[in-house]
Amino acid sequence: MDGYYAFMLIATAFVLMMTVPALALFYGGMSRSKSVLNMMMMSYVAAAIVGILYVAIGWSMGFGGDGTIFANPFELLWLDGVSTGDYIFVMFQMTFAIITAALISGAVADRLKFSAWVVFVPLWAVIVYFPMAHMVFSCTDDSLICGRIGAQDYAGGTAVHINAGVAALVLVVLLGKRIGWPKEQMRPHNLTLTMLGAGLLWMGWYGFNVGSIVFGDDPETQFPLETGRTFATTTLATMAAIIGWLVVERLLHKKATSLGAASGIVAGLVAITPATGAVNLSGAVAIGLIAGGVCAWAVGLKYKLGYDDSLDVVGVHLVGGIIGTILIGVFSTSEGAGGIDGLVYGGGFGSLGDQTLGALVAVAYSGVLTLVIGLAIKYTIGLRLDEEDEVNGIDLAEHGETAYDLHTSASGGGKSVLAASTVSPAPVGKPSTEGANA
Amino acid sequence: MKLVTAVIKPHTWEDVRSALETVGVTGMTVSEVSGYGRQKGHTEVYRGAEYDIALVPKIRIEIAVDDADAEEVVATIVAAAQTGRIGDGKVWTSTIDSVVRVRTGERDEGAI
Repeated sequence: MDGYYAFMLIATAFVLMMTVPALALFYGGMSRSKSVLNMMMMSYVAAAIVGILYVAIGWSMGFGGDGTIFANPFELLWLDGVSTGDYIFVMFQMTFAIITAALISGAVADRLKFSAWVVFVPLWAVIVYFPMAHMVFSCTDDSLICGRIGAQDYAGGTAVHINAGVAALVLVVLLGKRIGWPKEQMRPHNLTLTMLGAGLLWMGWYGFNVGSIVFGDDPETQFPLETGRTFATTTLATMAAIIGWLVVERLLHKKATSLGAASGIVAGLVAITPATGAVNLSGAVAIGLIAGGVCAWAVGLKYKLGYDDSLDVVGVHLVGGIIGTILIGVFSTSEGAGGIDGLVYGGGFGSLGDQTLGALVAVAYSGVLTLVIGLAIKYTIGLRLDEEDEVNGIDLAEHGETAYDLHTSASGGGKSVLAASTVSPAPVGKPSTEGANA
Repeated sequence: MKLVTAVIKPHTWEDVRSALETVGVTGMTVSEVSGYGRQKGHTEVYRGAEYDIALVPKIRIEIAVDDADAEEVVATIVAAAQTGRIGDGKVWTSTIDSVVRVRTGERDEGAI
């Protein structure tokens, strides 16, 4: 299986790319120009913090042995006893931990103190994500979601998307609305970045889904059969979700938008994540269409319910994750990785029940423990940026930077005199345009 | 001396500039501005959230001219900037008290 090993090296790099830079671009483009750097920084710094922590205790908590909620954190401390030949599997799982934490950042745009994020991320990784990875991905007999409940989750509908979506919801409720939301204009500042990020996420997702293969008795036969299925279902669900989102958007709001297409891509990828190994092509298209359409509607819920989930982590990841996880119970086929027939293939309601219970456990676990972590931070170092800093922009307040220098003259020529005058002690340039009849 | 100020649609800017050149206007100050008149901006939708974009991008042109030239300059701008649709902009004149050319110190009509 040299080919498999080489494939895992690539798949792991692809999944890391989903956070740095794909997710940062996707979110960065949707944020305001005064907070794009902070938005991207939350992803980059999550990669640094969670990555090291994962090697320290994350792998051991997830895959170090038995346990209902998590395994012994000290069994494989700092990969003690793990062969370098298995490091790539550690690295692969590490990239999942990273993106799950980074996904949450989209909800807290413009107003979460950077220090609060830097404290939240490691606590959340250890208390929420590492155990969730054990419950879902290790699949030991006593692990809660996979082993005991028997819910299928191929690549992380529960552990990644429901988990991050619930955490995002809890955090924005604790954090409160941005000043001016929803009356003030907070439209995306650069949708080309968002389109680029969505495209890179799609590409990286092949590493995420296809790389999540777990081998049975006959790897040589299983490898091409199963990777063909996961690659194709990932692709078709995403395509269907673009269409689903755009159709619903066109009906509800009269326009098919580029942000809708980018969001449809992510909604489709989220929903097919748990189901990618379990469904046929028709099931993938159905899940994609449903996820795209429902998420296009669900992103409007925050205005009705009054929570400022800035970039729709709840509307896309929580809703999309629940749709994908539960619809396995409908569209799963015994030809797939789990060998379980869902409702439409005559399998009855058994799988649907398991999937629903698995999703509920993920919601409850992530919700309660994120609430504990969030409250602890809120009443110690605080979550919220000062009002003045929030208005002036979190990039400047927290990082001492601004993303753009866009002063150009009306003629489209060189740098504006006004821009040059703000930089002392730079030499005063000759004005590029003449003054009034000078 | 008059100051002619025009606020026009950005896409008419090239036509206005070349038209002014043909009537002998040799210099002007141009800025990118935003504003609105009777057309009241437009609506944009992002993930279902409707935003009223009140401010529309415009180009503002300022030209200092002799009294005698003011009407011709105004007429030239209006002819070049007119599309007949709402939001074409406005052109107005105001009186200038004094002008100094910075390079030479010449004043008033000599500085125009």
